[in-house]
Amino acid sequence: MTGFRRLLGRGRRYEDLSVSILEHIEERTDELMDEGLPRAEAEQRARREFGNVALIEERSREQWQWAAAERLLADLRLALRRLGRSPGFAATVLLTLAIGIGANVAVFSVVNSVILKPLPYPDSGRLAALWLDAPGGGLANFTDGLELSPSMYFTFRDHNRTFQSIGIWTRSLANVTGIAVPEEVKAAAVSGGVLETLGVPPALGRWFTAGDQDPHGADTVLLSYGYWQRRFGGDRGVIGRSIQVDSVTREIVGVMPRGFKMVDYDFDLMVPLAFDRAHLKMAPFGYQGIGRLKPGVTLAEADSDIARLIPVWMDSWSNGPGTNPHYYRVWRIAPHFRTLKQQVIGNMGGVLWVVMATVGLVMLIACMNVANLLLVRAEGRQQELAIRAALGAGRGRIARELLIESVMLGLMGGALAVGVAYAGLRLLGSAGPAELPRLSEISLDGWSLLFTLALSVLSGFLFGSIPAVKYAWSRSSLAMGGAMREVSRTASAGRTHQRSRDVLVVGQVAMALVLLVSALLMIRTFAALRNVDPGFADAAHIQTMRIWIPDLLAQDPVMVTRTENEIADRIASIPGVTGAGFAGAVPMDGVDPNWDQVIVEHRNYAGGVPPIRLYNYVSPGFFRAMGTRFVAGRDYTWADIYGMRPAVIVSENFARDTWGSAQAAIGKRLRTFEGQPWYQVVGVVEDVHVHGVDEAAPVIIYWPAMLADPYSRTPAIRASRAVAFAIHSDRAGQANFIEQVKQVVWSVNGNLPVAQIETMGEIYGQSMARTSFTLVMLAIAGAMALLLGIIGIYGVISYAVSQRTREIGIRLALGAQKGGLQWLFVRSALALTGVGVGVGLGAAAVLMQLMRSLLFGVSPVDLFTYVTIPALLLGCAAVASYLPARRAAAVDPVVALRAE
Amino acid sequence: MAKNPKHRDLFPGALEAMILQSLRLRPMHGYALVKHIKRVSEDLLQVEEGSLYPALQRMLREGWLKAEEGVSAKGRPTRIYRLTAAGERHLEQEVVSLERMFAGITRVLAVAKA
Repeated sequence: MTGFRRLLGRGRRYEDLSVSILEHIEERTDELMDEGLPRAEAEQRARREFGNVALIEERSREQWQWAAAERLLADLRLALRRLGRSPGFAATVLLTLAIGIGANVAVFSVVNSVILKPLPYPDSGRLAALWLDAPGGGLANFTDGLELSPSMYFTFRDHNRTFQSIGIWTRSLANVTGIAVPEEVKAAAVSGGVLETLGVPPALGRWFTAGDQDPHGADTVLLSYGYWQRRFGGDRGVIGRSIQVDSVTREIVGVMPRGFKMVDYDFDLMVPLAFDRAHLKMAPFGYQGIGRLKPGVTLAEADSDIARLIPVWMDSWSNGPGTNPHYYRVWRIAPHFRTLKQQVIGNMGGVLWVVMATVGLVMLIACMNVANLLLVRAEGRQQELAIRAALGAGRGRIARELLIESVMLGLMGGALAVGVAYAGLRLLGSAGPAELPRLSEISLDGWSLLFTLALSVLSGFLFGSIPAVKYAWSRSSLAMGGAMREVSRTASAGRTHQRSRDVLVVGQVAMALVLLVSALLMIRTFAALRNVDPGFADAAHIQTMRIWIPDLLAQDPVMVTRTENEIADRIASIPGVTGAGFAGAVPMDGVDPNWDQVIVEHRNYAGGVPPIRLYNYVSPGFFRAMGTRFVAGRDYTWADIYGMRPAVIVSENFARDTWGSAQAAIGKRLRTFEGQPWYQVVGVVEDVHVHGVDEAAPVIIYWPAMLADPYSRTPAIRASRAVAFAIHSDRAGQANFIEQVKQVVWSVNGNLPVAQIETMGEIYGQSMARTSFTLVMLAIAGAMALLLGIIGIYGVISYAVSQRTREIGIRLALGAQKGGLQWLFVRSALALTGVGVGVGLGAAAVLMQLMRSLLFGVSPVDLFTYVTIPALLLGCAAVASYLPARRAAAVDPVVALRAE
Repeated sequence: MAKNPKHRDLFPGALEAMILQSLRLRPMHGYALVKHIKRVSEDLLQVEEGSLYPALQRMLREGWLKAEEGVSAKGRPTRIYRLTAAGERHLEQEVVSLERMFAGITRVLAVAKA
């Protein structure tokens, strides 16, 4: 008989069994009656002789059962029924667990999707980001390493031994025209080898071929899935059609699949870089390199392979006649490759682990709360459990029952937690910081559900083990001590179980303290960051936008500048605008227009090389619009610009470091390279924190928007084709204002789309995103911890009051003051909290060191924080215990003493 | 049947063999089975109801018996237990094994006496 069929036929079996047994007893009864006994007596004797009918029937039934599972199921049903009878308790516990487990699952999902899961490319473990260090040459300013140049790409590609494929790419913006509305879209420009490295086949059409990378070959373009759906409605006939990209007609040769991103960059179009090898110089270093390692090759091997090629590169290329390619030797360029995933995660990894730890702490606090509640509940069942123990229930049996109840609570809480986590993740997706890498990949997947299950069961065991051990262990003391003593008239309730609850509360308070300290430290960090003068003023009223004027729209550089000038003038004449200007980049927008060396007149750089400085190219009026103060000297004028006068503006820190003071800088001269004309400093502006307020303001050389091109061999003019406008107006950010600005741009040239329209306020907010994200997370966790701690203390004191009702009655009858009685309970709460605070302070001092990297302007053992938070906790403890204490004082001694 | 301290408890394998053999004689219901064993063994063996019914269920599960609806000696409905073919085979094996065991015990005891 198979087990399954056995299960199905069971009902019939049970019936057969009971019929058999009943009839057996009946027959014996008849027999006894025949011997002369009266019916009732015969029945009684027959039953007695049979034995324990119920027990025998159950043991017979067990033959058909999988005993352990049946017992478990029965226990579960019993536990459910019991929970149903105390809905308040169940609701509190489930809510606590749902929030605690839900928060953990949400954070785990984020950590899993961002840090643990591999990148969505085939065999992504072999993908490497080609990061170069260049410690010589003053590149200490570079936080992102040295990017690659096209010439490096060719050398590395042709001569490497460790890579299967290698390529470089960059982000850019592209104007798409010739369709209904001209728009500026995000583009990824890639060299050969990039698509092969990533290895994702196209959804439609093909990849770029070598022919597409030929500068004299056909012009092609790849679409992203999203762009294909949005602009072409998913039309499969799009292959072969042409679109105008930056005034170049390009044929669409393929569509990339859904969800494909260029590393972490969500692009709309992909175009080939199509370098003209014959005309390449060694610079510019502006491309990100990626490569796929050959199987079995390590990053260290790749490092040394490419390091070997640096001198080869210097031998193969030059920056033009009269330049020395081996000059770059001073830069000490060294490869320092890392996996692509590390590159993507960046420094968000640390933040996420901190958040995971804090949410874990909240979970622990929640578990302690639930354990406390369960202890109280078990105490209420003390008598029942004592009797069962006396009747022979095993220690294991009682412990098992308590554990089953708590694991079941854990699982039910876990089921609810999935909903909480889902909601939390949706919220994160819509309101999360853009800086969080792989944000779109975050989801609640199988791993998250597995984690939920594990956490539910584990926490069930955790908080269930405390009452289980307590009540199953002291089986004897149950009978002798507490339970039976309840009935005695001379003693009050036992204090033995109070201690474990006290320990739990101390633990809760300590952990709450750690969380609150970290939250307050983050708040102070945030405040300190906001206090830093960023170098511009009235950010909310500065509107920014980017435009790009490609060759085909205006070939002559002077024409480019005149167009930009015209736009600025027209914008300035919009009512409400108090200043307008443009530059290569606005602060904190993530764009560094250029980095290069600066030679100061009369300075000796013997033995070394002039340090590399950040360049920007500005128009007259830009600083005024940004609210950046002039510390000395004056702004450019349009006469300076069109007259190509050799004037330059520098940042204050550069002036101080080089010439001692801002005033002393005026009139001094500097230039880019040997043989270039000297430029005279005409103005010094205050420092600007272009890379975020948590980093030092870099030295910036503000060149005129149009100047003699230092990189060209023949005399040429360099104009800034890609510029960001800064417009100061009270109406910045408003939709109609933005529309007006756009109309102005189009009135000058109808083919110029406008992009990245944001206020400086928004840009500033985004730069603080990492800090504000951490802050919000910690503040929420701290608040939850505080709430749970208060509930815990309230519960403990409340229960103590109810247990000691008789004692209170006695005290009151003997003449105790109500105030004194209240103080008795409040004092015990404060004592508990005090111990918890002490433990917590010690833990915090140690743990906050781990958070060092996230703090700014405040020490991990900041005195103000370490005094305020304990005071807060003690205050809350006093309040939380005052309410039940008041109840104690309100006890009527007669009632209390009468209640037995 | 009161518990008589003079009677030993049957070990489980023996009980099953007794039941199977008795049922082989003719199919019976529970009470009849108990009475049969008591009578045939001339009161040397007695079966505890506490072990009988579980044993019956166990043998039903193993497939050595099957239960049928029938009537008792008094005409009331009850279940009658009947040996199956598998049960017969098992019984034969058990008998052989039991006889071997008894032979062994007898021989050992015989040596001790001498």
